[in-house]
Amino acid sequence: MTTRIGVITFPGSLDDRDAQRAIRIAGAEPVALWHGSHDLEGVDALVLPGGFSYGDYLRAGAIAALAPIMSEVKDAAAKGMPILGICNGFQMLVEAHLLSGGLIRNAHQQFIRRDQRLRVENSDTAWTSDFTDGQEIVIPLKNADGGYIASESELDRLEGEGLVAFRYLGVNPNGSLRDIAGLTNERGNVVGLMPHPEHAVEEGFGPNTPDAMRSGVDGLPFFTSAIAAVVAATA
Amino acid sequence: MPTIVVDVMPKAELLDPQGKAVSGALARLGNDSFSGVRIGKRFELTVEGEVTDAVLAEARQLADDILSNSVIEDVVGIEVVE
Repeated sequence: MTTRIGVITFPGSLDDRDAQRAIRIAGAEPVALWHGSHDLEGVDALVLPGGFSYGDYLRAGAIAALAPIMSEVKDAAAKGMPILGICNGFQMLVEAHLLSGGLIRNAHQQFIRRDQRLRVENSDTAWTSDFTDGQEIVIPLKNADGGYIASESELDRLEGEGLVAFRYLGVNPNGSLRDIAGLTNERGNVVGLMPHPEHAVEEGFGPNTPDAMRSGVDGLPFFTSAIAAVVAATA
Repeated sequence: MPTIVVDVMPKAELLDPQGKAVSGALARLGNDSFSGVRIGKRFELTVEGEVTDAVLAEARQLADDILSNSVIEDVVGIEVVE
């Protein structure tokens, strides 16, 4: 049976169709979901895509976190469904208290777009199992509000419990504390990160690599990991 | 109509990139009277009818739950303005 992964579109989502494409390329069936609905349409996993929902008014992701469908998303998270928040989706997960901490304006005040090196710090989640701990990957980053912050004690707890999923390597592009690029929850089913794996899933359209221009596909294992998690859970 | 004003500021110990940028601009203009700038938000909630204790309590709840994010911000003031 084909794994069905929902992508929720909010007013101001930009990368919902890119996420659907990534899901298709990874071998699953993408299901378009709408923020104003209360129906997850029986999907096996969820992606909250990037963009600027509600123009980032109030705080990035804050109004989207109050959308009707988010009550179903929270229920699904509590039941263990794999949920990935990318960029604005990560901000929504933080605002919905499904992940810890907060995201503020980049320290340098600028929007930034670059191919970003990351280290996978936790390969024991629903979205990272096809990586290895410590693996270095390159995927695109593009954001204005990517500065990850939390209190010192909370940062210590996140590090101690292995909840830092990804860390920036080389350049810290936005002032994130402890170079944190992405997090997981305790259970490992909810993962959020600022960079964009869905833009690095097909040769010819990904970041440059030493081998060839635009050949980077380091984003693909996010989606194949989730498919494997769904298959393992239903086996 | 009465208005409830809610003031929200970034936490004192955290970086306020917007305030820092304005502060930098003032310094470039040669201003040395102000050593720092912090930027927050002011919400004006228009109330239909009277501001009862219940309405004020509702505003406090709203300020804590939605208008601010306690991880990065503090509610620094709630007052009724006629």
